[in-house]
Amino acid sequence: MDDLRSGGIDCDIHPAVPALAALLPYLDAHWREAVVQRGLDELRTVDFPPSAPLSARPDWHGASSVAAVGAEVLDPFGTQIAICNCLYGVPMLFTEDMAAALARAVNDWIAREWLDQDPRLRAGIVVSPQNPEFAVDEIERCAADPRFVQVLLPVADELPPGRRAHWPIYAAAARHRLPVAFHGGTTSKHAPSAVGWPSFVTEEYVGRAPAFQGALTSLVCEGVFARFPDLRVVLLGSGVTWLPAHLWRLTKFWRGLRMEVPWLDRPPAEIVREHVRLTAQPFDLPADPAQFGAILDQLGSDALLLFATDYPHWHFDGTDALPAGIAPALARRIMVDNPRATYPRLTETVS
Amino acid sequence: MPRHVVATLRELPPGGRKRVAVDGRDIVLFNVGGEVFALADRCPHQGGRLSEGRLVGLVEAAEPGRYTWSRGGEIVRCPWHGWEFDLRTGRSRCEPSRLRTRAYDVSIEPADPGPVETFAVTVEARRIVVDVPGR
Repeated sequence: MDDLRSGGIDCDIHPAVPALAALLPYLDAHWREAVVQRGLDELRTVDFPPSAPLSARPDWHGASSVAAVGAEVLDPFGTQIAICNCLYGVPMLFTEDMAAALARAVNDWIAREWLDQDPRLRAGIVVSPQNPEFAVDEIERCAADPRFVQVLLPVADELPPGRRAHWPIYAAAARHRLPVAFHGGTTSKHAPSAVGWPSFVTEEYVGRAPAFQGALTSLVCEGVFARFPDLRVVLLGSGVTWLPAHLWRLTKFWRGLRMEVPWLDRPPAEIVREHVRLTAQPFDLPADPAQFGAILDQLGSDALLLFATDYPHWHFDGTDALPAGIAPALARRIMVDNPRATYPRLTETVS
Repeated sequence: MPRHVVATLRELPPGGRKRVAVDGRDIVLFNVGGEVFALADRCPHQGGRLSEGRLVGLVEAAEPGRYTWSRGGEIVRCPWHGWEFDLRTGRSRCEPSRLRTRAYDVSIEPADPGPVETFAVTVEARRIVVDVPGR
């Protein structure tokens, strides 16, 4: 089993910016002074409250240090490659210019202090969805470095992600063979639940799955994949088992309301299976591992899942990152083949 | 294929529709601008009567937002869940190769001359003939 569970490509780890001061060397003179003068010391989001158990596994403390990440997650899993996804608070800001400056700073910080320090690391590009033009500039700038392998966006932003305002970001991503990865969490520009503001962290966290459903539906129905047939989307930390029922529902209503979205010339479930991938932590497993096979049958493809630890978030213990009940051949697909097929830049830079 | 006289054009003017039974099968006839179509009157989904559905045009798009509309009245929507069926083929618009209702060949033939006497043939008296396979 050890062989089976090592040598994988971890598609979702979360290095943490220790404090805004760590980004000061990567800001230009104006923004460096502005951050200090305005007394900005932290842009951590409320999505992962530091003392909530799910925010960090008790034995994983090192998300701000490349050496600790190596010791806590890369070495124990025998990880071949791990993709750093650090949205920080950039998409949550209301000012476009500051967001663009901080996106540049986070990307340069990741490149210098993480990618340069451990050859196993790759990263997603942080952009400012507040201004798609700036986001495209940042994609163009970072795409020159092949260690940047995807574009990061928050799943719950100001507009549904399929809306055409975002399309320049998708065009740039597709042009550079960068999947667009949506990460769980809200920019707090709307209630995180469709029924209003929840009272508890539990509600907010559980409510992320419906947010991913809304984002996925928007991407499909607005025709993003019809317009950008080469685009791949990755759902990071979305959970998985809601997907079959959601696709049944979406496909069912599309059959009767197809004329609203006539650019969808085949069932939405097929479009999703071609274009969308999901990280396999968290997974929301049934109590009986024997039911895992039924879920896979319902997903209708063994190409959808990507191995991930979601380090340092606490979804499992030890090295049991793969769902129980998984067959060895499928484990290999999830850990190596599917990530390679999803991220063309991994095969370009890893030989 | 057995041929069945199912109606006269007088009974089915342009814009009209008529439900008939042939050999135990329910069939719906539509006259769209003088052209007559016949479909099994049963949606393959849950059996809704297409004879009670609305006729619409064909909506397509080469890319998002570029709607084109054509073939007015040649698509019937099931009254139950809105699935569209092409009157010419019986195929659904959503999954044409998998979901379809039966379309029957239709011809319009001269009025029956009758066994003895000859009457003036009018368009209205012409007969609508549907080819329905035997059971």
